[in-house]
Amino acid sequence: MFKIVRREELTGGTVILNEIEAPLIAKKARPGQFVILKANEDGERIPLTMADTDPEKGTITIIYMVVGKSTALFKELQVGDSYQDVIGPLGKATHLEKVGKVICVGGGTGVAVLHPITRALKDIGNDVTCIIGARTKDLLILEDQMKNASHDLRVCTDDGSYGHHGFVTQVMQEILEAGDVKLVVAIGPVPMMKAVSKITKEYNVPTMVSLNPIMVDGTGMCGGCRVTVGGKTQFACVDGPEFDGHQVDFDELIMRLQAYQEEERESHKHYCTIRDAR
Amino acid sequence: MAEIEVKTEKKSRVPMPEQDPKVRAHNFLEVPTGYTMKMAQEEAERCLQCKKPGCVSGCPVGVDIPAFIDLIVQGDMSGAIRNLWKKNALPAVCGRVCPQEIQCEGKCIVGKKGEPVAIGNLERFCADYEREHGTGELPPKQSSTGKKVAVVGSGPSGLTVAGDLITKGHDVTIYEAFHKPGGVLVYGIPEFRLPKAIVAQEVNFLERLGVRVECNAVVGRTVSLDELFEEGYDAVYVGVGAGLPKFMNLPGENLVGILSANEYLTRANLMKAYKYPEVDTPIPKGKNVVVLGAGNVAMDSARTAMRLGAETVKIVYRRSREEMPARKAEIHHAEEEGIELFLLTNPTRYLGNEKGRLTGMECLRMELGEPDDSGRRRPVAIKGSEFEIECDLCIVAVGSGANPLLTSETTDMQLNKWGYIITDPSTGKTTKKGVWAGGDIVTGAATVILAMGAGRQAANSIHDYLTLGW
Repeated sequence: MFKIVRREELTGGTVILNEIEAPLIAKKARPGQFVILKANEDGERIPLTMADTDPEKGTITIIYMVVGKSTALFKELQVGDSYQDVIGPLGKATHLEKVGKVICVGGGTGVAVLHPITRALKDIGNDVTCIIGARTKDLLILEDQMKNASHDLRVCTDDGSYGHHGFVTQVMQEILEAGDVKLVVAIGPVPMMKAVSKITKEYNVPTMVSLNPIMVDGTGMCGGCRVTVGGKTQFACVDGPEFDGHQVDFDELIMRLQAYQEEERESHKHYCTIRDAR
Repeated sequence: MAEIEVKTEKKSRVPMPEQDPKVRAHNFLEVPTGYTMKMAQEEAERCLQCKKPGCVSGCPVGVDIPAFIDLIVQGDMSGAIRNLWKKNALPAVCGRVCPQEIQCEGKCIVGKKGEPVAIGNLERFCADYEREHGTGELPPKQSSTGKKVAVVGSGPSGLTVAGDLITKGHDVTIYEAFHKPGGVLVYGIPEFRLPKAIVAQEVNFLERLGVRVECNAVVGRTVSLDELFEEGYDAVYVGVGAGLPKFMNLPGENLVGILSANEYLTRANLMKAYKYPEVDTPIPKGKNVVVLGAGNVAMDSARTAMRLGAETVKIVYRRSREEMPARKAEIHHAEEEGIELFLLTNPTRYLGNEKGRLTGMECLRMELGEPDDSGRRRPVAIKGSEFEIECDLCIVAVGSGANPLLTSETTDMQLNKWGYIITDPSTGKTTKKGVWAGGDIVTGAATVILAMGAGRQAANSIHDYLTLGW
């Protein structure tokens, strides 16, 4: 059992932070790696990239958006409650290198995944500009943390309620225009990563994205997380989760992410009926 | 003359009662329902108690078959299960999933002129009887040696190693990557062939003997082999299985609706997705299902699809019926349940719609040509024979490769060119000191009992090492 020691509701309860006791994973995990969590006996195995780890305390932090039944169940867990299963660290760690000027672009809960990577890139001596975005001000997460993890933080909202009025890609393009950017790391909704990669390709700036496809075991056994990268099939769980954004077939990924859309609706309905009866 | 004929008249084999195919094709309950005591004793009496029993030599773990069968005849069920346990820690599993027809039963003298003694059914009966009526009394255990052994993987070979070494007095911990122990017995083999409660019981039996089971422990990620030694283990057994799904590399393979058998069966079995939405893991419910491949895993996938409500399930295989690698009994069960065999048929590409979902496959008809390297006649495509099969779900069951997760992190352990671990064939020793390996990660995908045989061999070698030295 893996006990929750800290729980925060971000963005009015649509995004949840859990700090979980998992000493073995905390000791081993590197930025960019993920865990698989399962709430209870009949629960689904949900992969989530870690937002932080504390090896001394023996905890890991995850931040997730409540989107379906499984995450709604996660949301029910309070401090002192436990996840039945947490497996990890899985996937390859981020390749960290001192390259010079770096832009880290985050959207939605992707900002959580971006956080330890941004911090690590800064720690090894890169000049890191961070751009985070959300639909509106209330949906922004980790603004202070991202400010600390980077040299310069830019904030965008689609509706202009805070920071730059517009998309992260616009701010990124301005910085790219100024030149000398050696690496872009983009983590967020697939359409955002696709849009970022399209622009950075024009500027010929290497771009790394972190993918979160549907998977079961997370150890290369099921092949459910296959993604096409550079025309070749890769397993995101063991070959990734990070890939060259210029090579990823994002359209295929978007379609594969919708594989269980109908089932998820059915499951969520089933959950709501049971929850409301309680 | 007449007198002699009376003496040698053979009773026919007591058939195993089974659920009706029409009923069972829609449920996940076990297909064969098991012998009664009367049936078991009647079948046990068919055994000739040979002085040089062929059956024992046909058993990869050397179970003393005539002895346990004789104990059934005598009605000593406690004695029978204890006799089985001496050589086999998982009789309830082996009685169900071993290919007895090519092992013990294949060598049975009674089988020369009629049907062999139903050794598998009797083994299953002993284990089930113990589970339902037994005293729960554990077999004897030797006094503690103070030596610690880590077993990586809780499939059939790992469980065998754990069972053997715990009774020899060693301290044993199993590391399992999934959240539940049993390996292929829980994620691969369906409920209707091997109820998961039975696997849980077999694991529980080992735990009662003192084996510790650590789930959610991915060796190679959560902890490395070298770290296990640092933690004080004296020996490590690696039985992680093959665990890398093979695909056909055909155009369109990443369309939604194409799953590896590993994924499909793991969702259905380990995650119990057939109970969805009572459980949270979904599984695609195909209307028209195609299964590629013709081994036992293909049969398990096809029969699962049928139970999940498919209208049609087709096995597509490029060779003929004769070359199908699945057990005859499995093919028979599948056909009884309404699964169609599309033999001498080779898929060439997947067809999809604008939403990226599978709608069909294009196939070619084949004919058998000259024998190939495997000795089987090579299937040759018939020109211009392309045709389409409509399907919305395709399960790829064409075999597994070696999963590199653990082996790639363990640089001082030699692998062969396909990524399988190289071991000494008589001991299971790897090239890394203190590490043994066995099962599918050494041989490539094989059977439960062969993995158990490898586990038995390695356990003996580990015991020698812990008591005598490398």
